[in-house]
Amino acid sequence: MKMTGSQILVECLKKEGVKTLFAYPGGVNLPIFDVLYGQKDLDVVLCRHEQGGGHMAEGYARVTGKAGVVLVTSGPGATNTVTAIADAAMDSTPMIILTGQVPTQMIGNDAFQEADMVGITRPCTKYNILVKDVNDLAQAVKEAFYIATSGRPGPVLIDLPKDVVLAKAAFNYPESVYIRSYSPNRKGNKWQVKQAVQEILKAKKPIIYAGGGVLASDASKELKDLAEAAHIPVTNTLMGLGGFPGTHPLFLGMLGMHGMYWANMAIHNSDLIIAVGARFDDRVTGRVKDFAPNARIIHIDIDPTSIHKVITADVPIVGEAKTILGDLLHYLSTMGNGDSGKYAAWHEQIEAWKKEQPLLYEQNDETIKPQYVIEKIYEATRGDAIIATDVGQHQMWAAQYYKFNHPRTFLTSGGLGTMGYGLPAAIGAQMAAPEKVVFAIVGDGGVVMNIQELTTAVQYKLPVKIAIINNRYLGMVRQWQQLFYDKRYSSSFIGDQPDFVKLAEAFGAVGLSAAKPEEVEGVLQEALSTDRPVVMDFRVDEEENCYPMVPAGAAINEMVFRDPVGPRPAAEIQKAKKAGGILTA
Amino acid sequence: MQHIVSVLVENKFGALSRISGLFSGRGFNIESLSVGPTLDPEISTMTIVTEGDDRIIEQIIKQLNKLVDVIKVVDLTEQEYVERETALIKINTRSEDRAEALRIVDIFRAKVIDSTPNTYTIETTGDVKRINAIINLLRPLGIKNIIRTGRIAIARGEGRSASVRDLPERRSVSR
Repeated sequence: MKMTGSQILVECLKKEGVKTLFAYPGGVNLPIFDVLYGQKDLDVVLCRHEQGGGHMAEGYARVTGKAGVVLVTSGPGATNTVTAIADAAMDSTPMIILTGQVPTQMIGNDAFQEADMVGITRPCTKYNILVKDVNDLAQAVKEAFYIATSGRPGPVLIDLPKDVVLAKAAFNYPESVYIRSYSPNRKGNKWQVKQAVQEILKAKKPIIYAGGGVLASDASKELKDLAEAAHIPVTNTLMGLGGFPGTHPLFLGMLGMHGMYWANMAIHNSDLIIAVGARFDDRVTGRVKDFAPNARIIHIDIDPTSIHKVITADVPIVGEAKTILGDLLHYLSTMGNGDSGKYAAWHEQIEAWKKEQPLLYEQNDETIKPQYVIEKIYEATRGDAIIATDVGQHQMWAAQYYKFNHPRTFLTSGGLGTMGYGLPAAIGAQMAAPEKVVFAIVGDGGVVMNIQELTTAVQYKLPVKIAIINNRYLGMVRQWQQLFYDKRYSSSFIGDQPDFVKLAEAFGAVGLSAAKPEEVEGVLQEALSTDRPVVMDFRVDEEENCYPMVPAGAAINEMVFRDPVGPRPAAEIQKAKKAGGILTA
Repeated sequence: MQHIVSVLVENKFGALSRISGLFSGRGFNIESLSVGPTLDPEISTMTIVTEGDDRIIEQIIKQLNKLVDVIKVVDLTEQEYVERETALIKINTRSEDRAEALRIVDIFRAKVIDSTPNTYTIETTGDVKRINAIINLLRPLGIKNIIRTGRIAIARGEGRSASVRDLPERRSVSR
C-alpha cells in the first residue's frame, strides 16, 4: 500500500520510538501537521518560537539520551532553529531537525519562505540532507537517527520539500543501517588501554578529568567504579557535571575558568591526567602552554579529532567512554592495583588546597547573595532536581553550588554559550521527565530571550520552576567590565525590565519574588507546592562577582579570588587589556 | 610543509562544499583541489594540496575522516608517489615570436592545441616545477591566460592510495 511522504515520515518517527515532537507549523509543512492531527502515540509540543523548540528538543535529548526531534516550516521557521542546532553540535546533543522546504521545482528561485537550509547548517550539523524523492525518505530518516545518536552525538537536519511529503511511495522502514563512510570506533584499542593502565600504576599524582562524553555514553557507573577502585580524584567539566556524584569524597567539583581552586591546582600539579569524554576546551585549560606541565596524558574520546587537537596525548584511546572505562578497570585489577593508600600524600595535598581557598561568599541580612539562592534550591530539592541554566554568572554559580549526584540532571549550554537556553530546555526536560522537579536557573538577561516559551509551559501544564537570579545587569559582562574595562558598564545595565511577577501572571503562570534573604526559602517552598509553572524573581546583590576566576589568557593555576581593593591604576588596566585581559588580584 | 591528500568521497551533491567548507571554517589552507570520477560512478576522488605543520595536517586528515560522506583519506606525502598537473596557456603571438614559442613548446614536449592569428594555446603536463618553468619562459612573449588543473597524485607501485577497489557496498540495509 502506498503512503504519502508525510505519512511515511510520521511512521518512521514512531518506528524510531519518538514520543514527543517540538514543532511549529507553516506553509510547506502543513501536510505533515495534517497527519499529526489526532495522532495518539505522538505528543506535539507547540513552541512559540522555533529557537525555543530547538532548545526544548535539546533538553529532552539530554534527559533521555534519545534524539530530540524538531519539526518546523521552511525559511524563517527553519533559520530560527540555527542557534539551537549550533548549540547541539557544540555540546554533542543528539537532535533531528525536520525542516519544510519549498517544492523541489521551486528550489533556487528565491521562492516565498525559501532558505537553503542544507547550505546554512552545513558547518553546524553532524550531517544534513535534502530529500528529493519520496522513495528515499524512509532511508534518510533511518540514517539520520543512526548518525545523530551514534559515535559523538549531534544534530542531523532533514530538509523536506513540500512535493516530496505529498508524493506517494511504498513504505519500507529499514531494520538496520550500515553506512560505509561512517563507522564510529566504539571499542578502544586494547594495547592502548594496557598502556594506560601502566601509566596509572606508575603515577603518584593522578586525576580523572571527566566531561560530557561520560554522560553521552552512560558511563557514570564505570567512572565511579574506576575512581573508587584506583582511589583517584575526579574533576568534572561543566558539561560533565552529574557524571560523577557531586557529594562523593573523591569528587573535586568543576575545574576551569570558574572551577574549584583545588581542582585547578590538582590538574596543574598532577603527574597523570586521565581525560575521558572531554576535549580540553579553552575554558578548562587556560593558557595552553602552561597547562599541567608535568602531567602525562591519557585521552579517551569517541571523536578522533578531539585527540591531539589542543593538548598532545601520551596515550590516545579512541572509543566509547563506557567500554574503555570498563576495560581500564578490568586490566587494572588484573595487572596489579594493590595498595589503595599509595596516593595518600596526593590526597592530603588536595585537602590542603581545599582549606587554602574554600568556595565562599558572605550572606548578610540585607541583600540576597545569588550563591545563597542556588544553595537554597539545592536544599529545597534535596539535590534531586533537573537543573537547566542560561549562560553567565548564574550558570557558574549553579555549577559551583548545586551538587549534581545523578547523570542527566544538569542541562546547560556549555560550548556555544547560548543565552535563552535555560527556559526552553527546562520545558523539554519536563516533557521527558514529568515526575521530576525541573528548575530553570536563569539570569534576568537570558530569560527574556525566550520568555515566550512560558506560554508553552502554561499550555502543556508543565510545572517548571523558573528562578531568575535578577541583578539588573548582564552580570558576567558587568564583571568583566569591572575587572578589565575600568568599570565602564557599557550596555550591561538592564534594570529597565518588566515586573516579572506580573509578567508571569499575564502568561498564566505563578509569579513570586524575594528581595530579602529571609524570603528565599518561603518563595522556593511556595513554588514547589504548586503544580503550575512558576517564575521566581530573586532580587539579588547587583554587583556580586563570580569567583574564583581564571582571567582570560592566564594559566589555570593563576586564579583570582576576590574583587581588587581600591581603584586600579590606569596603566595597569591598559597593560592587562593588551595581555588579553589578565589582571591579577 | 605541503601535503597531498587523496580523498574518496560519496558522489552526492553537497560533498564538495562540505569539504571546502571544512577547510574555510577551520582556517586550513587549500593550495589546490581537484575532483574527478573513479571506476565506481558512486564515488569521486579528490586530490587536495594543503599546507600546515604536523598537528594541523593531523587535524585535517581526522576532520576529513569525520565527515559522513568521506570514505577514505590517504596522505600521499607519507610515501612514494607521482604527481602531475596540466596547464592550458594562451599566449600572444606576433609573427616574430612564433618560432620562439614553438621552440619552447618543443623543449618542454608540450603541445599547441589551438591557434588563431594572434594566439597559441599550449597544453603542458608535468610536475609543478616543470609547469612553472615553461610559464616563466613563455612570460616574455605575453601570456593572456593560464588555466591549471591543480595537482593530482597517486601512490607508486603497491603503495597505499585512496582506491575504490575492495570497498564495501555503499549501504547494506536489511528490511
